[in-house]
Amino acid sequence: MHLTDRQDIEVALFTEALRKRHGYDFGQYAPASFKRRVLGLVTALHLRSVSELTERVIHDEGFIHTVIERLSVPVSELFREPQTFVALRERVLPDLASYPHLNIWQAGCAHGEEAYSMAILLREAGMYERCQIYATDFSDAALAKAQEGIYPAREMPLYLENYRKAGGTARLQDYCTEKYDLLKMHDELRANITFANHNLVSDGVFGEMHLILCRNVLIYFTDPLQDRVLGLFRDSLVRGGYLCIGIKESLSFSGVASDFHLLSRELPVFRRTATAAP
Amino acid sequence: MMEACVVGASTGGVSALRSLLRGLDKGFRPSVIIVQHTATEGFNVLVDLLRDSCVLPVSEAQSREPIQPGHVYLAPPRYHLLVERQQRFALSVDERVCHVRPAADVLFQSAAEVWRDRLAAVVLTGANDDGARGAALVRSLGGTLIVQDPQEAEAPEMPAAALRLAGADHVLPLNRIAPMLLKLAARANA
Repeated sequence: MHLTDRQDIEVALFTEALRKRHGYDFGQYAPASFKRRVLGLVTALHLRSVSELTERVIHDEGFIHTVIERLSVPVSELFREPQTFVALRERVLPDLASYPHLNIWQAGCAHGEEAYSMAILLREAGMYERCQIYATDFSDAALAKAQEGIYPAREMPLYLENYRKAGGTARLQDYCTEKYDLLKMHDELRANITFANHNLVSDGVFGEMHLILCRNVLIYFTDPLQDRVLGLFRDSLVRGGYLCIGIKESLSFSGVASDFHLLSRELPVFRRTATAAP
Repeated sequence: MMEACVVGASTGGVSALRSLLRGLDKGFRPSVIIVQHTATEGFNVLVDLLRDSCVLPVSEAQSREPIQPGHVYLAPPRYHLLVERQQRFALSVDERVCHVRPAADVLFQSAAEVWRDRLAAVVLTGANDDGARGAALVRSLGGTLIVQDPQEAEAPEMPAAALRLAGADHVLPLNRIAPMLLKLAARANA
């Protein structure tokens, strides 16, 4: 049997061990990229095989945290895919401006780059004071990093470029402090962000949201899990609420597509239709 | 039966890809899936250029899209492109591989696992070593590896790296790669 087929067996057993031993279900992750991540984890931890990983997941107390951190959504950028922020600024926020209080859910927040970008966008729109951002992830390690809001300073040129393309109206340097080789986001940006653990695979509906951002997370899910998560988003949104996904994601292959309508053909910003089931 | 052909190219790749695609005719049934390392800004231009060079339909690969025969797909900029078992595309924003995203290694490895001996992989000009590890897996799973002759490649490093790590079934000058693909596809149908 070819190594790659033996690895498939190992990945299936590893997935089973994670579920039975720790309650994490990766069974509905898109197999090709999930296998890559698992093999990457084996390499990064200098293990011999996925089986060794499985053994440690079962017997090594505490090892699960390392595994979950590495298998969760990868690191992002400030203002990644900046054209989406232009759409939010020009099309979505003016419409939401009439609400006295706004709930925003950023699902799969990883290290928080997107939550801080959103906070900056809302400040520049003069709306941050009446917004509550819930930034969630299933990795506690990621949430702790997100709470800190510290990023490598070498990324600053990319962030500046993104911020400019996103139509930023101030200076990005006004929102963070550069010290040694690190950038720290200012505390005032964190004031209305709540970082919380939520697993899209197993947890339920999340409040009465006006806007949900979940970018480049659905690409890692199989169809059934994608549909589950989109159903969760639909049921968490107020009528007319907005859903923003990654620029290369779409609802075309989803069973809940009819519950949303696309705002603009160029950008994946959707609005929950008024008739959608509650 | 050859069902798909994956292609990796970097520096000098645009003109090499145009020349390669020009050599494929309407009867070519395998799906062609390409990773070309490109700046984001140049991507739409690249799609247009390849469309102009090719009688087969050319488009950017979409997440979850079923892969069609006789169609040419390009990996979108800044995303890895993978092939899933049901012969659909998947995208990822995981870490760069060989400093690039999309990486030919990621495409080649996932395609090799799906198509096995029904896959051909082509490594073209490029100034890095992306594609070499993927090419090795393609061959070890029974697929056919074609490497552009490094001596005539605009940037020899990428084909040379593939040759070092994976060897090759055919080392060819650019103008003989499309005829070889036609031959492999025809042999399949016989």
